[in-house]
Amino acid sequence: MTIHDKKTLHVRTQILLTIGFIVGICILFYLAEENLNSYMIRIISLIGIFAIMAVSLTLINGVSGMLSLGHAGFIAIGAYVAALLTMSVQQKEASFILMGVAFPINTETLSNIPFFWATLAGGSVAALMAFVVGWPTMRLSGDYLAITSLGFAEIIRIFLLNWNRITNGSLGLKGIPSYTNIWWSWGWLLITLLVIGSFVKSSYGRALRAIRDDTIAAKAMGINVFKHQLTSFVLGGFFAGVSGSLYAHWLTSIDPKPTTLGIMLTFNILIMIVLGGLGSLSGAVIGAGLFAVLSEFLRFVESDMTFFGFTIAGISGMRMLVFSALFIIIMIFWQKGIMGRNELTWNGLYRVIGKLRKGENHGQ
Amino acid sequence: MKIEILLQHVINGLSLGLLYALIAVGYTMVYGILKLINFAHGEIFMMSTFFTFYAITLFGLPWWLGMLVGIAGAALLGMSVDQIAYKPLRSAPRISALITAIGVSMFLQSLAIVIFGGIPESFRTVFPDFFNKIYTIGGEVIVNRGREIVVNAIRIPSITIITFVVTLFTFFILWFILYRTKAGLAMRAVSMDTKAVALMGISVDQTIGLTFALGSALAAIGGILWVGKYPQVWPMIGFMPGLKAFVAAVIGGIGSVTGAIVGGILLGLIEILAVGLMPQMAGYRDAFAFILLILLLSFKPSGIMGKKELVKV
Repeated sequence: MTIHDKKTLHVRTQILLTIGFIVGICILFYLAEENLNSYMIRIISLIGIFAIMAVSLTLINGVSGMLSLGHAGFIAIGAYVAALLTMSVQQKEASFILMGVAFPINTETLSNIPFFWATLAGGSVAALMAFVVGWPTMRLSGDYLAITSLGFAEIIRIFLLNWNRITNGSLGLKGIPSYTNIWWSWGWLLITLLVIGSFVKSSYGRALRAIRDDTIAAKAMGINVFKHQLTSFVLGGFFAGVSGSLYAHWLTSIDPKPTTLGIMLTFNILIMIVLGGLGSLSGAVIGAGLFAVLSEFLRFVESDMTFFGFTIAGISGMRMLVFSALFIIIMIFWQKGIMGRNELTWNGLYRVIGKLRKGENHGQ
Repeated sequence: MKIEILLQHVINGLSLGLLYALIAVGYTMVYGILKLINFAHGEIFMMSTFFTFYAITLFGLPWWLGMLVGIAGAALLGMSVDQIAYKPLRSAPRISALITAIGVSMFLQSLAIVIFGGIPESFRTVFPDFFNKIYTIGGEVIVNRGREIVVNAIRIPSITIITFVVTLFTFFILWFILYRTKAGLAMRAVSMDTKAVALMGISVDQTIGLTFALGSALAAIGGILWVGKYPQVWPMIGFMPGLKAFVAAVIGGIGSVTGAIVGGILLGLIEILAVGLMPQMAGYRDAFAFILLILLLSFKPSGIMGKKELVKV
């Protein structure tokens, strides 16, 4: 690619445009915080959290082509580790009414830790678990990985449910400080996109895509399949843990029910990345945004509805039905999703604008 | 440990294992033909229990007819899932079909929540009395405050005996269909080489549909026996048994029907015995199956009866 190629922008221009874009979004968020109500602001932060989950799962499922269904497990680890670190000793002792708090957690040193470091710790523990789980399972083919990772997430949930003195069992953690705001969630999203984006662009990312498209050919070219897949799995696990920490401090109470941090969450993230296009990071962000907005918008199907004076009582679970039907329809008729495997880039935008201009010229 | 207690655990483990085996056979048959983990299998199991429940309570059918409705409904549901969701994706990459299967599973689960409600319903009074009897073998009678209590006996609920009889009979029928009928021959042939079978003038689509129907019917039989054992029905009932039955199918060697049966029985025995020997670990019971799976896949990925697959480039 030459710099003077008319269809591409100069690298410096691209960086400037990106910085301008980020600054623009910051201004927008600032205005939003000043003018919008707290409900809207919470949804905007949630979109950021969902986007981190979706981007990290895209790295594993879309870019590397491994079907992992254990994402909620890593998110749960990140959520519990970070929440236990940021809660105060008093709060822990008040909520652990079943069997009391175990030793290392009830000390001052492991309480009231700043949010950033707690999130980092949550991500690191999740990454460590991803390494431990990935080591035996990365050697398996796609189908087995799907079921093993699903089983692994279930094991995590069972441990959270039974480890009363550390996780407070089925009651879960309550009174987690609500640190997550727009800046935290979108700031971490920026870090996620920078790290995973450059990882995908690097030689590692190219190798991973080669493995996804044809494992045997990639092996024949001398790519160490195991090492590459494990690296991407651990990186995905790290950011899943980070998103878990943000999610816990957004929800302020977490428990090991399948609907909170279990299979339902994994499924929701799958919907986001399938909607956005499997294998596209920008698609994952778009999918996460659409999912969050759509799921708020679809609240009406679960509430009471009135037709011509007749009231039909709201049915709970209707939203999930709509989403799963949508999911199947996308998978059958529109497998590419919104972005396919393409990314939103300045060059792409430039080309589209160029084409539009050409079209106008031809019209004249 | 007393021999009576050990025998009791073995009987309980066997009866649970046979139920896993019934579900696992459906997984392994579909996987053998389509190379697809049918995640919706556990939900078909769940739906069959609901069909039976409402056929008996709402429509007032006799219990045996209600069970038949459940089995037939499950077979029909399995076939329609294949027709609607999996058939359009036959030529797509395998990962797409797998993701769709998860979607179907979630769809059926939320459909059950919307239609039947999320609150568990009791099955105890739905089946006739002889499902709920308990027989005792051996033991000593102790008189305590004027009442006779049997201790140290092996207790066998009648549902366990029914499970043994029905499952063995079902497996015999399955063997007959697979090895003594033309349809069974077609199924085995399709699982070996789809293209060659199509050239021989056998309808691959029909055979696949039949496989789904047969597998789903087996899951329904398992489901009905399951609610006889654990008399409660609710939309999440199929999730765990479904996952564990898949684990059982992998342990036995996926694609092999005998392997699925052996794997199911083995998993049931291990689960019950592990909890029986270590009662303090009872809360972690559901984790055993998956730890076993990860261990097995690390050392012998093809399972007990599975064949090692060679990939041709």
